[in-house]
Amino acid sequence: MSEYHPILPGLILGLPLLGAALNGLGAFAWRENKTVPTIVGPLTVLGAFALALWNLSAMRGAPPHEASLVSYWTWFSSGDLHVGVTLLFDQLSLLMTLIVTGVGGLIHVYSVGYMRDDRGYSRYFSYLNLFIFFMLVLVLAANYVLMFVGWEGVGLCSYLLIGFWYENREYSDAGKKAFIVNRIGDFGFLIAMFMLYTAFGTLDMLSIFERAPGTLVAGGVLVTAITLFLFLGCVGKSAQIPLHVWLPDAMAGPTPVSALIHAATMVTAGVYLIARSGVLFALAPFSQAVVASVGAGTALFAASIALQQNDIKKVLAYSTISQLGYMFLAVGVGAYTAGIFHLMTHAFFKALLFLGAGAVIYALHEAWDETGEHGDPNDMRNYGGLNRFMPITWRTMWVGTLAIAGVFPFAGFFSKDEIIWEAGVRGYAVLWGVGIAVALLTAGYMTRLMVMTFHGANRSFGEDGAGERSHLHEVPRVMWAPLVALAVLSAIGGWVQIPEALPLLPSVNLLHAWLEPVFQPALAVAGAGAAHGVVAVHGATVAPGESFSRTSPLGGGEALWAVLATVPAVAVVLLVFRSLSRRRYRRAAQAPEPRGLAAVLYHKWYVDELYDRIIVRPLLALWRGCWRIVDHRLIDGSVNGLAGLSRIAGWTGSQLQSGRLSTYILVFMIGALLILGSLAF
Amino acid sequence: MTGAPLGDLALVVSAALFAIGVAGVLLRRNVIIVFMCVELMLNAVNLSFVAFSRTHGIDGQIVVLFVISVAAAEATVGLALILAIFRHYESVDLDLFRRLRW
Amino acid sequence: MGKLYGTHWILTLLLAVPLTGAVACLVGPERRARWTALATTLVALALSLPLFWTFSTGTAEFQNAASFPWIERWGISYAVGLDGISLLMLLLTTVLMPLVVAGSFSQIGRRERAFYASLLILMMGMLGVFVSLDLFLFYMFWEVMLIPMYMIIGIWGGKRRIYSAVKFFLFTAAGSLLMLVAIVALVHLHQQQFGEASFAYADLLRLSIPPRLQLWLFGAFGLAFAIKVPLFPLHTWLPDAHVEAPTAGSVILAGILLKMGVYGFLRFAIPLFPSAAMNRGVVAVILLLGLIGIVYAAWVAAVQPDAKKLIAYTSVAHLGFVMLGVFALTPQSLEGAILQMVNHGISTGALFLLIGMIYERRHTRLIADFGGIARVMPFFAMALTVVALSSIGLPGTNGFVGEFLILVGTFQRYPVVAVLATTGVIFAAAYMLPMVQRIILNPLTDDENRELSDLNGRERAVLAPLLGLILLIGVYPQPFLDRISPSVNSLIEYVEARALPMEAEQEPEIPAVAFELTQREGNHTLEEERGEIGR
Repeated sequence: MSEYHPILPGLILGLPLLGAALNGLGAFAWRENKTVPTIVGPLTVLGAFALALWNLSAMRGAPPHEASLVSYWTWFSSGDLHVGVTLLFDQLSLLMTLIVTGVGGLIHVYSVGYMRDDRGYSRYFSYLNLFIFFMLVLVLAANYVLMFVGWEGVGLCSYLLIGFWYENREYSDAGKKAFIVNRIGDFGFLIAMFMLYTAFGTLDMLSIFERAPGTLVAGGVLVTAITLFLFLGCVGKSAQIPLHVWLPDAMAGPTPVSALIHAATMVTAGVYLIARSGVLFALAPFSQAVVASVGAGTALFAASIALQQNDIKKVLAYSTISQLGYMFLAVGVGAYTAGIFHLMTHAFFKALLFLGAGAVIYALHEAWDETGEHGDPNDMRNYGGLNRFMPITWRTMWVGTLAIAGVFPFAGFFSKDEIIWEAGVRGYAVLWGVGIAVALLTAGYMTRLMVMTFHGANRSFGEDGAGERSHLHEVPRVMWAPLVALAVLSAIGGWVQIPEALPLLPSVNLLHAWLEPVFQPALAVAGAGAAHGVVAVHGATVAPGESFSRTSPLGGGEALWAVLATVPAVAVVLLVFRSLSRRRYRRAAQAPEPRGLAAVLYHKWYVDELYDRIIVRPLLALWRGCWRIVDHRLIDGSVNGLAGLSRIAGWTGSQLQSGRLSTYILVFMIGALLILGSLAF
Repeated sequence: MTGAPLGDLALVVSAALFAIGVAGVLLRRNVIIVFMCVELMLNAVNLSFVAFSRTHGIDGQIVVLFVISVAAAEATVGLALILAIFRHYESVDLDLFRRLRW
Repeated sequence: MGKLYGTHWILTLLLAVPLTGAVACLVGPERRARWTALATTLVALALSLPLFWTFSTGTAEFQNAASFPWIERWGISYAVGLDGISLLMLLLTTVLMPLVVAGSFSQIGRRERAFYASLLILMMGMLGVFVSLDLFLFYMFWEVMLIPMYMIIGIWGGKRRIYSAVKFFLFTAAGSLLMLVAIVALVHLHQQQFGEASFAYADLLRLSIPPRLQLWLFGAFGLAFAIKVPLFPLHTWLPDAHVEAPTAGSVILAGILLKMGVYGFLRFAIPLFPSAAMNRGVVAVILLLGLIGIVYAAWVAAVQPDAKKLIAYTSVAHLGFVMLGVFALTPQSLEGAILQMVNHGISTGALFLLIGMIYERRHTRLIADFGGIARVMPFFAMALTVVALSSIGLPGTNGFVGEFLILVGTFQRYPVVAVLATTGVIFAAAYMLPMVQRIILNPLTDDENRELSDLNGRERAVLAPLLGLILLIGVYPQPFLDRISPSVNSLIEYVEARALPMEAEQEPEIPAVAFELTQREGNHTLEEERGEIGR
């Protein structure tokens, strides 16, 4: 076993960047040529994935070690602030790299089919490659500033890809909204960086984490402020309340983009940031409580909205917000591994679900193109009974649904169970309850999605659509192959971490053991804090070094609650399936408006309308007022007034010059007399 | 008869002439009369100079000669100007000549 | 080569080139004026670029410096020199000018000789301001800039050009007259304290000025510079001037002229009157005005219907950041401020060039008249996106590094101010992205827009260097910072050592810190200079 050194780290980043550059060039130089993007786009990402795998095997073969840093050049240095272009390779960043390039690679392959006929094919792959590059910068950065490059870079790519079909005004608006809302979060990230630099004199993560316990007062104002501002950044990027509004709109982008950016990778950056900064959060119990509460609140809130959406991508978008809430709940209570675990499994099953939805949309689009039918291809009321036409998509999406619903033994079961369990044993009784409730809601809305899409009678065509239905068929192999790959991962991805408490199963502890060196410092701080009573905020009793009470708030061990959690989930799936299968949906065009609570949920609790009324419109009015009144009336008015005043003074003076000789002489005489008089006296 | 009363008398006359001249310049609107009143003022001053030269020496009379010659030159130029203006306006009313306002 | 770049001759040559070019433009034929001007600016660029590498980093001394008596009776000298700050400003000028000239080819169709001669005279004035180390010389160049700019706006401008030109002229002249009074007062003080008049910067730095008087003189200098910057509420000349000026005028105004204000603060107002510049009240007022500029100008920009006016207001916001950085007076904030001046020159210059390019095609600047033109002008769309992102400070572009350094430095001293200023990054997105969207994105509905042709070779060539610099400074700004930082550090040391509270009567012994003007013999080579520095 030899020391681990990162293998070709520059190439992991360089390949996607090269791909972005080539495809970007192609968007201008060989716009009609689709061969080059088809080869360059997916291959660069898969190449990076291969390199990441190589690194993984090297790291596994090496003894546990200090994180490896790879320095390239000094980005900028001023005074005692030195910011280098430096990459950090440790277990966490490598895991994230694998997720990003792995899931990203599959989605690139899928895109080859999905975007086949788009005129912006090359541009699309350029953006997508660029996104992978920035995402890798984000996860591999060794200091906060470089991380911020990735952070805003992925935001940029998200902006470009949401508004990819820029000739649609709504889509461009959605992109703009995403960017601006994200900037509110970035504001928090920036302030947090300023504070960190003030406190530590550096922005290098490793030295901050090393010195944090000695420098910052645990539970103090400074560390609480730093972590809350960091969390503001996460709220923006990961679409948590109150900045969640951009993500549903972001579904305007091509569906593979939604899968990659708005489900699997970018939106989870907030979770990664908190997990990465675990030491800081461990020092700030109040912030942790805020993170966990916001996460749980968002999970519940978004899940409730997902129940009443008819746009298949909107359902998945709210589902994503809700699942991100789970991850924040996990990292908020200090269960970092659980958060990352769910991040990973979610990347599998949510990418799968989005790609499946994309396949359905694609199929409908093709069929409607051939038959001349019109309608919203995203609206589930226009689907129904697609299982007969798209068997692969149908089966793989059921795998994804069962995974997200937390049904044993799919991936979501293990990660979700761990989060709920960790929240419970750490004394967050309310959040624990919320977590269980959301799990049931998730099972509900996902089953509704599946029933409306794949079961019952087909509603895609008019009354006598029997002949036209023959145009519906399964998507090409380049699209269903990634679905199958992701379905396999969604099914077995959870097996890397099987709690020992579960009976009849071998205990697997791969993930915890793998991430242990990264999260050890944070857990140590939390343990030490508990010893000094800092964690008492939420009333948990924790002994330093070891563990929490291994019972839930209502008593009972992990195994009991795992069973208790999965049984209702299965029950909900069956119940919803039975009751909805019998219901007859009408096509979107003829469907009645929802009423009562359903209307509130359908309109997403009216949050967008509220923001428009109390923020957007008043601000615009204020800005117009600044321009029209302050700038024009006040400032320019006073300047022009001054000019007018001097004009009036000049005119008054000019009136003395009457042109009448006698007046001049009179004045002259008076003057002469005055001079003579003054001489005399 | 002493010199003093004569000198005083001359000064009184000079002052009266000067005042008449000033009044004429200020009040009359006919350019010719205004011009004559200017001459009157010059001659009033000449009279004082001559009167003072009795007590203060010859300097006053020398100045008078200067004034007369300058006045002659001035009369020439002035009358020429008046003639030119008259040709343009066909009037000698001073109040009409207001072209030199701003 | 080595001889030229070690001495003041290079600076003198740089001043002479545009003047010669201007004369050549005037006497040559009308059709050749543009080529003469382009050749002149390219020669100046070629001459100035080696300065970047021959400049020795690690020293705050003025390089390539020289001083010759000019009007000895009044202590006026021809004194020039470069430090890190003026080096970057000078290079910014020489880089932008060829692009400005080439960018004007299709826009200026009448009185070309006069136009290009004005541009070149303006260039000489700007270069002169940046290298002058004598206040008389400085003031002369300062005023020399005014007239060509007035003519460029007033003759080749848009509909309301006369109003805008007069407004520009009056605002600027009002400030600079006050500055003249203050300069004369300084010279008078020198006469009193040292027995002879002197306008030389180095001499005037030795003056001990009572803190109260410093306040007044700082006010007079500061007003002149604040109008140029422009600081809120003295900014209203800027939108008008920008909107009416031809593209060349706008680019120069935003790219270089605004920097004169900040440069004036850095070179003159702050070091000459350190007690005033460090006075709590003064700093508070300037920080407040800078802050208002950042936030307020962003707000106003967000609701502008006219693209050029929008960009003009963003300049106010950006310069607000710069002023914040200057008066926070920490190494990071100052270095960031100077870098941000360069950045702003590049990105806002590029924005004005881009808007000028579509203005030439459509003869409208109203944002609402465009929409969806990314389809017909893909290269334009790409360039506008990159430049807009640089303008709002996206990491990886030049704008981020400057803004980040300013804010991180300001935060060390005035956390609340920095936090409030950081909200500017949100508003920046809120004004820039809607503009980009409404110009290049959205449906392509207007028939006239359908007919637009993408940028031609000349236009691409004009934009390419700016796009390159945006990415270069974004990824590797360190060479620029290396050149700034000694000057910045010595400025901070100097000011902090000499600043006195207002009550103090006498200055203490002047500490022998850096910031001495070293004047070398004209024929020193660079190697010798480096040797001297080592000593």
